[in-house]
Amino acid sequence: MKNTALTETHIALGAKMVPFAGYNMPVQYEGVNIEHETVRNAVGVFDVSHMGEFLIEGEHALALIQKVSTNDASKLTIGKAQYSCMPNDNGGIVDDLIIYKIKDEQYLLVVNASNIEKDWNWIQSKNDVGAEMRNLSDEYSLLAIQGPKAIEAMQSLTSHDLSAIKFYAFEIGNFAGIENVIISATGYTGSGGFEIYVKNDDAQQVWDKVFEAGADFGIKPIGLAARDTLRLEMGYCLYGNDIDDTTSPIEAGLGWITKFTKDFTNSEALKAQKENGVTRKLVAFELDERGIPRQGYDIVDAGGNKIGNVTSGTMSPTLGKGIGLGYVPTELSALDSKIHIQIRKNAIPATVVKLPFYKA
Amino acid sequence: MNIPAELKYTKDHEWVSIDGDVATIGITDFAQSELGDIVYVEVETVDETLEAEEIFGTVEAVKTVSDLFLPLSGEIIEFNEALEDAPETVNSDPYGAGWMIKVKCSDLSQVEGLMSADDYKALIGA
Repeated sequence: MKNTALTETHIALGAKMVPFAGYNMPVQYEGVNIEHETVRNAVGVFDVSHMGEFLIEGEHALALIQKVSTNDASKLTIGKAQYSCMPNDNGGIVDDLIIYKIKDEQYLLVVNASNIEKDWNWIQSKNDVGAEMRNLSDEYSLLAIQGPKAIEAMQSLTSHDLSAIKFYAFEIGNFAGIENVIISATGYTGSGGFEIYVKNDDAQQVWDKVFEAGADFGIKPIGLAARDTLRLEMGYCLYGNDIDDTTSPIEAGLGWITKFTKDFTNSEALKAQKENGVTRKLVAFELDERGIPRQGYDIVDAGGNKIGNVTSGTMSPTLGKGIGLGYVPTELSALDSKIHIQIRKNAIPATVVKLPFYKA
Repeated sequence: MNIPAELKYTKDHEWVSIDGDVATIGITDFAQSELGDIVYVEVETVDETLEAEEIFGTVEAVKTVSDLFLPLSGEIIEFNEALEDAPETVNSDPYGAGWMIKVKCSDLSQVEGLMSADDYKALIGA
């Protein structure tokens, strides 16, 4: 199992460590609910160094990215990032990712830890255009500093005006005494903040200075468990749960990042799906009664017949009720549709709702 | 780790308090601490008569769902309904307000098969 540059620090802080995607990762420190609230109301820090980073360079970099990803990367300007996904040849998704345009002919792709090797091989297999590829995953650490107080708490660490970095934009510069840091206004929580990319050797210094700067703002370390409840309250897809090799971006509600203004892997088939409609869709639902939906539970109709499955579910710390995502037949995907979640012996009524669950 | 000497314990990290033929049952301090924030306790077996080792309910933390096993055979006569609205009580007071069920035992000799506080302490390496 791999460690991040900060594993010892997490253990010293008393984190509960779990294996995740081949890495020894902190799942919680003080408690999931308090960590969740810290990000919603103040500022919290996640070590998400397990994420993968690929640099794609050279005059054919954009051509390769356009070919493997669904969003239109030609729209990116330097200093902007874009959420995208990589479709496979069979209608499913290889991974979802963020693409950063670092400079002309140089892009950084950030992928899920569990898919680093699969993604690398996949992109390489499509690289008949001759783009240069470098896998930086083992060299870079990633800290997500998230929450409404993130800007104020971190401003003393950099000469860049953090409040001026727009959502899905980034700057490269000094942060916590280190140069060439990517300061990205992105995240997976819905509470604002930054993702900070640094070399492994600099991770400890940045972590320490971030906690020093955030002390007066109630900053806390946050584990992967709260990362999951935070992202689920926003309805952000998690690869391996809500999207995978068998779900299409159209079914998953990722039509907004699937641009048919260009050709990409399997784009003809996906375009046909978009035009003709799909038979199932990923929906967000809230339970009408007490209970907690979990990944893998059946979604059933009023007669108890299985019509789909829950892909993510939890007790929402903010709403205090059971929330989830799952695939249902398209005719039951409209807002306010009534479905049921089979929880052990009971089919608990649930309602299809609009995302996000959490509204700031 | 709090392990009251007067209670009996199970390998499933439950505690048992015997009063006459009625057993009060909950989960241990160790169990609640391992589970983390408890968000749901479901017991739908009240008025049912179950054998020891059968599942009487479910406790859910944010990331986990765990079955609750009945330590002693008998009729489940009460569920601590306060846990429906305040499941976190199991975290804050596992041996007190966080109790889960009361069972009218059908075979009190089974009590001898439960663990003492010392045995339980050894089990969890406390």
